Amino acid sequence: MGAAFGGPKHRLTVKSSEFLHMANYRCLFLINASGDIFLEKHWKSVVSRSVCDYFFEAQERASEAENVPPVIPTPHHYLLSVYRHKIFFVAVIQTEVPPLFVIEFLHRVVDTFQDYFGVCSEVMIKDNVVVVYEVLEEMLDNGFPLATESNILKELIKPPTILRTVVNTITGSTNVGDQLPTGQLSVVPWRRTGVKYTNNEAYFDVIEEIDAIIDKSGSTITAEIQGVIDACVKLTGMPDLTLSFMNPRLLDDVSFHPCVRFKRWESERILSFIPPDGNFRLLSYHVSAQNLVAIPVYVKHNISFRDGSSLGRFEITVGPKQTMGKTIEGVMVASQMPKGVLNMSLTPSQGTHIFDPVTKLLSWDVGKINPQKLPSLKGTMSLQAGASKPDENPTINLQFKIQQLAISGLKVNRLDMYGEKYKPFKGIKYMTKAGKFQVRT
Amino acid sequence: MPAPFAGTPLGLASAKVALYLAEIILSGRWKPLARAGVTQDQGPAAAHGAAQPPPRPSGSRGAAGGDAGTRGRLSPGAPCAFKRRRGGGGGVVPPAPHDPDISCIPASQPAAHPLRHRASRSAAMAAGQAYSEEKGGAAGDEGQLLTAPGLLHRHDDLKEMLDSNKDSLKLEAMKRIVAMIARGKNASDLFPAVVKNVACKNIEVKKLVYVYLVRYAEEQQDLALLSISTFQRGLKDPNQLIRASALRVLSSIRVPIIVPIMMLAIKEAASDMSPYVRKTAAHAIPKLYSLDSDQKDQLIEVIEKLLADKTTLVAGSVVMAFEEVCPERIDLIHKNYRKLCNLLIDVEEWGQVVIINMLTRYARTQFLSPNQNESLLEDSAEKAFYGSDEEDTKDAKAEATSLVKRKPYVMDPDHRLLLRNTKPLLQSRNAAVVMAVAQLYFHLAPKAEVGVIAKALVRLLRSHRSVQYVVLQNVATMSIKRRGMFEPYLKSFYIRSTDPTQIKILKLEVLTNLANETNISTILREFQTYIRSMDKDFVAATIQAIGRCATNIGKVRDTCLNGLVQLLSNRDELVVAESVVVIKKLLQMQPAQHSEIIKHMAKLTDNIQVPMARASILWLIGEYCEHVPKIAPDVLRKMAKSFTNEEDIVKLQVINLAAKLYLTNSKQSKLLTQYVLNLAKYDQNYDIRDRARFIRQLIVPTEKSGALNKYAKKLFLAQKPAPILESSFKDRDHFQLGSLSHLLNAKAVGYQELPDWPDEAPDPSVRNVEVVRGSAGLPRAHQGGGGHWEPRWRSSRTLTRHPASFLGTIQIHRWWAPRAAVPRAACSPMAVLAPSQLLSPAFGSVRTYELLHRMTGEGLSVEYCFSRRPFPHDPHMVAVQIQISNNTDAEVKSLRISEPKPLSGMRIQEFPEIESLAPGDTASVVMGIDFCDSTQAANFQLCTHTRHFYVSIQPPVGELMAPVFMSENEFKKEQGKLTGMSEITEKLTLLEKCRSDHAIVQQVTSAANVGRVPCGADNEYRFAAKTVTSGSLVLITLEKREGAAAQLTVNSEKMVIGTMLVKDIVQALVQ
Repeated sequence: MGAAFGGPKHRLTVKSSEFLHMANYRCLFLINASGDIFLEKHWKSVVSRSVCDYFFEAQERASEAENVPPVIPTPHHYLLSVYRHKIFFVAVIQTEVPPLFVIEFLHRVVDTFQDYFGVCSEVMIKDNVVVVYEVLEEMLDNGFPLATESNILKELIKPPTILRTVVNTITGSTNVGDQLPTGQLSVVPWRRTGVKYTNNEAYFDVIEEIDAIIDKSGSTITAEIQGVIDACVKLTGMPDLTLSFMNPRLLDDVSFHPCVRFKRWESERILSFIPPDGNFRLLSYHVSAQNLVAIPVYVKHNISFRDGSSLGRFEITVGPKQTMGKTIEGVMVASQMPKGVLNMSLTPSQGTHIFDPVTKLLSWDVGKINPQKLPSLKGTMSLQAGASKPDENPTINLQFKIQQLAISGLKVNRLDMYGEKYKPFKGIKYMTKAGKFQVRT
Repeated sequence: MPAPFAGTPLGLASAKVALYLAEIILSGRWKPLARAGVTQDQGPAAAHGAAQPPPRPSGSRGAAGGDAGTRGRLSPGAPCAFKRRRGGGGGVVPPAPHDPDISCIPASQPAAHPLRHRASRSAAMAAGQAYSEEKGGAAGDEGQLLTAPGLLHRHDDLKEMLDSNKDSLKLEAMKRIVAMIARGKNASDLFPAVVKNVACKNIEVKKLVYVYLVRYAEEQQDLALLSISTFQRGLKDPNQLIRASALRVLSSIRVPIIVPIMMLAIKEAASDMSPYVRKTAAHAIPKLYSLDSDQKDQLIEVIEKLLADKTTLVAGSVVMAFEEVCPERIDLIHKNYRKLCNLLIDVEEWGQVVIINMLTRYARTQFLSPNQNESLLEDSAEKAFYGSDEEDTKDAKAEATSLVKRKPYVMDPDHRLLLRNTKPLLQSRNAAVVMAVAQLYFHLAPKAEVGVIAKALVRLLRSHRSVQYVVLQNVATMSIKRRGMFEPYLKSFYIRSTDPTQIKILKLEVLTNLANETNISTILREFQTYIRSMDKDFVAATIQAIGRCATNIGKVRDTCLNGLVQLLSNRDELVVAESVVVIKKLLQMQPAQHSEIIKHMAKLTDNIQVPMARASILWLIGEYCEHVPKIAPDVLRKMAKSFTNEEDIVKLQVINLAAKLYLTNSKQSKLLTQYVLNLAKYDQNYDIRDRARFIRQLIVPTEKSGALNKYAKKLFLAQKPAPILESSFKDRDHFQLGSLSHLLNAKAVGYQELPDWPDEAPDPSVRNVEVVRGSAGLPRAHQGGGGHWEPRWRSSRTLTRHPASFLGTIQIHRWWAPRAAVPRAACSPMAVLAPSQLLSPAFGSVRTYELLHRMTGEGLSVEYCFSRRPFPHDPHMVAVQIQISNNTDAEVKSLRISEPKPLSGMRIQEFPEIESLAPGDTASVVMGIDFCDSTQAANFQLCTHTRHFYVSIQPPVGELMAPVFMSENEFKKEQGKLTGMSEITEKLTLLEKCRSDHAIVQQVTSAANVGRVPCGADNEYRFAAKTVTSGSLVLITLEKREGAAAQLTVNSEKMVIGTMLVKDIVQALVQ
């Protein structure tokens, strides 16, 4: 591998034997899609940037960013990367370590940045480079994760806000919290102490996603429901909440935020927890496979190529199926057309569509489905002259949203608060979305 | 001072300047300066010494870095380095080469443009030289001689700011410096100015100074020493967080000379009162070890000490230190094993991963394989059915023989403890934790129990792509060994057109591993869809997968073969080629029946151009030329014609074909063969020339030809074994799953081998922990079990609020009330699941609870347990045995209870005052509490001659009663009186291990202090007790139904007690 590069110099090679047992992160590089390193952070000794050359090599070999292998071995290091928000987060490690340990941590870093800056983009990171550095410093000690709970981090280093930036420039005050990080010592490390609100609110969003593969004839090959409960809790003090369901048996496989008392769930199927402050994901679940999944939409399609002809027919209609009387919104249809398709001339009955002749990606923003007048997209495809008809038919990827419905039928029974005297405002919202919803043609 | 530049948006103008400067450098105008600047000719790397980051091959990469640097310097308000340099120093010198930031050529794709890359490299050399000047300017006199004078003032503005009195200026300067470090630029010349601020009062400045210090201390060792005293002071600070932070930075400074100071600091911190400081000490251990491995022995002592720590905060960090410093010292774990198992659930996520991985290794050395019996039965049945895996059959045989020698397998209770305590972590939100538990179960659990991990792993498949990638690799390995486990989730591995290729291929691997007689038709139907995919790499992999299914499952071999033959007319050549290769392998298994296919493939030679496919066809025809006697010579004729244009691999097969035809059908092919061999003789490739020479000697009889000639036919046309198409994940499980080594299928540096199970279990008593020191009162068999670590999941944190959930977690193992009928055996926490251990007194432990922790008690630690003996002074009181240990180094005098503050009605009978307790001594006393039949805690003060401690005792509901003896008739009569509201019923499913009579009785009587009532029916169990205070009857009936189902009934007029008791007993029976 290295030979192609004329052997990038590794200054650490001389020393590597003495680092034999040093696991974990040596450094972190942030690389944008065009291959520029725009941030680096080292723990222990410094590793040369040239180690990233192996990464660039792999990046080039993979046609798409998605295809860059998450683990790349180099002669002296291993490069583990995640790709999110068009940025590669590359961790350099030197010795054996469970890859997920590193990858999960990198994802946590991205989540933290997102939490801090609203969006996690190259510009944002560059603009807040000092905060980024301060946060990373707290997250890892000597390459071992230290504080990854965003509540503790925020107590240590305050996230930048426009107001604070202005105040800081005028008064010269800082982002670093002046209290000491008591959260790290607490028995509830995910919640900071002394939280105060004038309006006490707790909102829970039950969001379900349908993953499905529908075959050519419209029958379901596989369909599953994944759900999450995202919470936004702004409550004073140390509230202790319990959340119960009408039909907890629906939940087949669950994973919890660390605040949830596992025993209580095991014995009573009740979620009992002292919530973190602010936004967090309380629960992810999977609905048991025995329950038949209601498929809320159907797609009628007629996509045909003919031998010897340079024109193909294209026709899609989307309609509602089992929607429990709710409206389907935000419908988007996307399809990767075969290489042989040069252009498409289509007319939608509603919404807008785009066909990119370079990537061959057709996308159609449908919007709401009106059951009286089903949206359709019809027209012709022009194919490369003389080329034989493509072997493959494109698959159709669907996105949609249904408000106020949890398609599995999951219902929250009640939310109670103990430990504090005030009466909080409580709210529950349901939503169903398409996850990986694919129709084969 | 000018406005900050850190937030200035990237200006277009500055980008243009960067480009312009880059052009200057590329055009060669930098040369004169480089010569003027530096005279060393060794190149940048040699000039710096090893500690310096290599100059610019890295820098050459960052156009962004270059831009950003320029931006910093040119933005309107920024203190302009150019100006100053021009004005104050070098004058005529053009700026570019001096400034390493600007010399970052925007050549971002060197691999794609080797020429450009080279150019950028040479430019980078120049930059490196300029860069070494800077270093000289900062570091020493020798450097100064060589340096252009202007450079001395490089960061003067920053230095000024750092020297000022205003914190805001210092902060601004530090922010800029940190931004430089983040972009990978050298800021080492600021070291003296920065290090001065290490004692700054402003906390943010201080933190940024720490960042700087840790980054550059290694390069500037002498100067770094200046900061040490600050940290030494910090280590003595009364605030634990400051102590911890001082230790953290001190230990991160990689300066060998301070090793003794670090050692001392770590040792001290390891016995700090604050667990947070102790945690930091654990983190510091690997740092020191990497700096100086000679400290190993001393560090191991510290690790040993910290391993004994009982707080969750420390556990993860110290095991990490253990793994890095002395993973081979498994003996250090013995005494802490049970504690680690029990603490695990409350350790932070990352610590959990480390501990679980370590315990997996530990368990492999200490326990016996749980699958030694089962594997024989199940495996051999399965294997005989598919008849593919020879090796495993061998294993089974080997096991069968060894089985004879072995005793029947009983799982060590400690082994069970580990499995039980890790299982809930499968529900963690952290993928790394889930994976760690999954690998633990895969490597350690009995076959029947491994299945639980499948669901959790499948859940991870919905996570990010990179997580999916790692999980699928592991699932692929697992699915070979334990196919059944993932079969129910087959559809979760179906492939979507939007999956990235590498995920598709891994899913395909899993699907292929999962294929069996029953699901193969579904899987093949899926595969048919995949073959039409646009992703051709994926299509090729699918064809391979079909081939593997066909070899493994005889039933579908013909179907697959037909399918593949159809693919031969596919338009895509890659698809055809891959099919040919796979068909070749399949045909080799039963060639006679498939001469039609061979003929069909022979025709393909006209069209197909992929060398591997052509070679495969030729080999097939040669090998089975007797099945296609007419076609074979014709193919050879065509190939002879095109021989010179073929790829090497095809040429070799042409020679091969020629030789085989010559041997079987020399009449038709003699001339052709000669012709081919002559062509080959003059081929450019020496392999081909060699092969031709060798074959000619072998097949064409001449005078000189040796004895081998006679055997030529046997040599060439021998029966060849069919190739085995097997998964590339086979046998990968000799690496610990979830490890980097497993993923790469190669041993990574620092990988710890997963040991094989021992044949004989090592002595399990090494894990016993002496709970009672000293003496007095408590029975001797009071050891082991790691008694006072209650497994919990956050629940116990809110004891008072959720008594029920708390009680639910309490393990049921305590002393029997001394009754003649029941042996005075103790049962360990694991006894639940290992009935055979029940009678062994070696695993005994009374459930002890902590009343006063050593930390809060300032050296005085107090524990209590419920002895289940009647309290002599008052029959309405529960006897509580209190055990007081004096861990201080002074005598503790007049230990007594004072000011009991019982809730209404509650009474406390104090124990007689202990006049004095010598250091290291332990005393045991009994006190009585009348809890009024409630689980409310009894609060009182424990006093010594100097201190008062507020403590409380909370009884589990089962301790609020005492057994009564009654006959079956009496029981029924009393039960009849307590119906309706007083009756509580609950259905439950008994654990497998809790189904025997013995186990059920054991579980119930340990959950509550009750006596057994005789019973006529053998599927029913009855127990009776009276509450201690009011003497109300509590009647328990457990009725076993079909299978594991059972029904529990509790009759008592005390409804609250009844309800809680039901919960506790159910807990005991199903967990």
